Amino acid sequence: MLSQEFVSAAAIAASVLFILSLGGLSNQEKAKRAVWYGIVGMAVAILSTALGPRIGGFGWLIPMALIGAAVGVWLARKVEMTEMPQLVAALHSFVGLAAVFIGWNADMERTRVAAIKATGVSFDGLSAFATTLAHKTPAELTFLQVEVVLGLFIGAVTFTGSVVAFGKLAGKIGGKPHKLAGGHWLNGGAALLALILAIAYFNGAGFWTLFLIAALAFFIGWHLIMGIGGADMPVVVSMLNSYSGWAAAAIGFTLSNDLLIVTGALVGSSGAILSYIMCKAMNRNFVSVILGGFGTTQSEAAEIEGEQVAIDTGGVASALNDAENVIIVPGYGMAVAQAQNAVSDLVRKLRSAGKNVRFGIHPVAGRLPGHMNVLLAEARVPYDIVMEMDEINDDFAETDVVIVIGSNDIVNPAAQEDPGSPIAGMPVLKVWEAKQVFVCKRGQGTGYSGIENPLFFKENTRMLYGDARASIDALVPMID
Amino acid sequence: MKIGAPKELAKGEARVALTPESAQQIQKLGHECLIESGAGLGAGFSDAAYRDVGVDVVDSAAALWQNADTVIKVREPADAEIGHLREGQTLISFFWPAQNEERLERCRQQGATVIAMDMVPRISRAQKMDALSSTANIAGYRAVIEAGNQFGRFFTGQVTAAGKVPPAKVLIVGAGVAGLAAIGTATSLGAVVRAFDVRPEVAEQIESMGAEFLFLDFEESQDGAGSGGYAAPSSPEFREKQLALFREQAPEVDIVITTALIPGRPAPKLWFEDMVALMKPGSVIVDLAAEKGGNCDLTVPDERIVSDNGVIVVGYTDFPSRMATQASLLYATNIRHMLTDLTPEKDGVIVHDMEDDVIRGATATHAGEITFPPPPPKVKAIGASQPKAKPKEPTPEEKRAAEHAAFVKQTRTQVGMLVAGGVVMWLLGLVAPASFMQHFIVFALSCFVGFQVIWNVSHSLHTPLMAVTNAISGIVILGAVLQIGSGSWIVGLLAGLSVLIASINIVGGFLVTRRMLAMFQKS
Repeated sequence: MLSQEFVSAAAIAASVLFILSLGGLSNQEKAKRAVWYGIVGMAVAILSTALGPRIGGFGWLIPMALIGAAVGVWLARKVEMTEMPQLVAALHSFVGLAAVFIGWNADMERTRVAAIKATGVSFDGLSAFATTLAHKTPAELTFLQVEVVLGLFIGAVTFTGSVVAFGKLAGKIGGKPHKLAGGHWLNGGAALLALILAIAYFNGAGFWTLFLIAALAFFIGWHLIMGIGGADMPVVVSMLNSYSGWAAAAIGFTLSNDLLIVTGALVGSSGAILSYIMCKAMNRNFVSVILGGFGTTQSEAAEIEGEQVAIDTGGVASALNDAENVIIVPGYGMAVAQAQNAVSDLVRKLRSAGKNVRFGIHPVAGRLPGHMNVLLAEARVPYDIVMEMDEINDDFAETDVVIVIGSNDIVNPAAQEDPGSPIAGMPVLKVWEAKQVFVCKRGQGTGYSGIENPLFFKENTRMLYGDARASIDALVPMID
Repeated sequence: MKIGAPKELAKGEARVALTPESAQQIQKLGHECLIESGAGLGAGFSDAAYRDVGVDVVDSAAALWQNADTVIKVREPADAEIGHLREGQTLISFFWPAQNEERLERCRQQGATVIAMDMVPRISRAQKMDALSSTANIAGYRAVIEAGNQFGRFFTGQVTAAGKVPPAKVLIVGAGVAGLAAIGTATSLGAVVRAFDVRPEVAEQIESMGAEFLFLDFEESQDGAGSGGYAAPSSPEFREKQLALFREQAPEVDIVITTALIPGRPAPKLWFEDMVALMKPGSVIVDLAAEKGGNCDLTVPDERIVSDNGVIVVGYTDFPSRMATQASLLYATNIRHMLTDLTPEKDGVIVHDMEDDVIRGATATHAGEITFPPPPPKVKAIGASQPKAKPKEPTPEEKRAAEHAAFVKQTRTQVGMLVAGGVVMWLLGLVAPASFMQHFIVFALSCFVGFQVIWNVSHSLHTPLMAVTNAISGIVILGAVLQIGSGSWIVGLLAGLSVLIASINIVGGFLVTRRMLAMFQKS
């Protein structure tokens, strides 16, 4: 049995390790070490807490932890890199659900401890949390109730929101925005009702209020994320990441545990920053993303003149053979078509022919921040030729060939040229400045946002229709 | 209709208006082709080559002029040739109607229709018959080759065992078609090429050919572009600046190629005697404007002279003719395109449509009347592109002021946020118990640390970042661990479930992160 002093010291060590772990992600090499800091930090945190004073229930704890660990190992081994967005969303939902359970527990313990206090029996047989509760003053207990409601609410929203996000990302629910009649008024009403219930709970209403608050929050999470379309998922997933952190922090307040607070705050701010970066990359503000998809404030977009000119793989291959500078701009379509390995083969061949091949990655390409980087890394594309938008955007003018694979809105010149466009002002990759652009695309449809892309009609653009993977596979043998 | 090409009479002219290749195409339009015996020899096409493709080879010029309904030529007609013209006959050739009013009048008297190839308007549709461009292209190329011939050194810089060779410096004045062709040729030979033009909008074209545009810093924005993509005369102030620039360049450059022409005027004098004197001995000046009087003071048309300080000035006027085969092939194709437009039904009947912009523009006499100068074309010529407005450079003071303002603004927002945060803390402190405030301080500091740390995370690692934060947000397991020993079975059950799912998070999150990070590799 470890003393409370030792547990506190361990908590400090774990906090520092977590901070180092996140900070280490500033570059690829340090990151490999940083993840070990995280693992060690977590081991220290769990062991010191589990071996601390007044912890019992090992009969439950150990088997449950082992089962969970086994499931985790299985998940991490099995998951395809294209499925990372789903996995991340699923993991968020677990944190949310755990927060809900712990919140309920906290209240049940509170009433139990109050009952014991009233009977005047000694506290000796109580669990660690119950002991903490027993020493709280009435004012502290009131605050505890507020914290429970907050943790519960955020956790519940995170849970159903993440489940819906998982469904959308895995293709189990349609990607289109979907709302009940009443739209955001329903959400607002539910939130108001939850607030009234919370006030009732502070004034002594029973456990049922907490149950209802959780139910209302479940509804809000579900309905909110159902109303957001597929391409906004990078923001949604980052936001849920943030929420899962805040839920953990709120639970930390409830349990008076600083380590939980620190970790929750780290995760929460990380998710918040990611959401901010994603919103900035789409030139939209956070609220408008959360309140629903495109098309609500549609103004007249400029008519496009010209036609889309198709080309076959032979034409693309001869242009690539003549080119010196090539930039590839992948998007979600590459992930859908599982084309990353074909692309990697193509790049290897072009590079061995002495050409300068690079990738241009838009911050919101894919369905998860950094999604494209992970896919390309999996296909063994070296990370030093994978560039961010800001690093590469000025180089397009000196580029011979740009290949756009399965991206649309992030290369749409209307964002810069047409103030009437729904995506006006969004920073985009200026692929059209290159000498030639080839767009690898399934068919003639519009992108997620339903906006025509003038890029496809430009004089230096040729369309390579068909499945991205099949097209690139056909292209590889023609490169010499 | 019979289309005939006579032998060129002008001295030294080796080009011909009909090639065996173009003859075949013209025959497809339903015409018959005639050629004067020996007309193609100078360009490398024998009579036999013409006969092989079914062209009627005629013995004398007189017989050709007699038989042909339409005569195609390269140079403007000589007096004797005008004598051959008859009513209803069409002549297609270079004519320079603005400079040859007398000749034009004589053609009108003969009742012939004259189509001047030099008057084809510069619009997109007519590019295929723009003989001036195709000729200028050849002249530009040949000027560089000619200069190389006269110049005693390499064009390209080399470091050899026998010593270092600096690259030749070439200055091209006037970046029209000939100038651009010269830039392309000189750069591909490895020379360092600079170019000047009075039209600022051609800077981009010059740079695209690989030369450096000599920018003239001139206050009032003078646009030297006239209509139809040609240059217009410039103002005296502008001219002074321009000459000063040339004087500055003269001692440096090895080869100067001048191509400055203004339509319908003598060539502007740009390279004075004193500039020649400034140049190094052995340098070469090729004056492509020699025929119109020359851009250089010393130019003598059709001759190569050497100045007192050993600078060679080439004033040949027959550059296209010096490449007669290439020039004939291109010119014959221009003529063939003109005939295609004149034969809309492809049935061998020439329809002279005076409503057609291109035909109307090129026609100098028709139906007994002089139709020169033509009305401006209905279709606008090459759109006068707006020269790019240079973004105004802020002065250092303005820059400093802007920086200072930004700094003040930033400070104000930061201080504002700190004050607001402080007030919130204070209000909270009024109601909250001390233990809560302690936790809250930890929370606020952690958020702060989190923001500082996460901003440094590389964009490409955002997915691993999310996976790691997923794993460490499994820290809620601590909450469950603290509760699991409770006496209540329901609390124990819920805490147990929490432990289960939180451990999925922890283990799954860390493992998948490691998997991802292992994939990132350097090239």
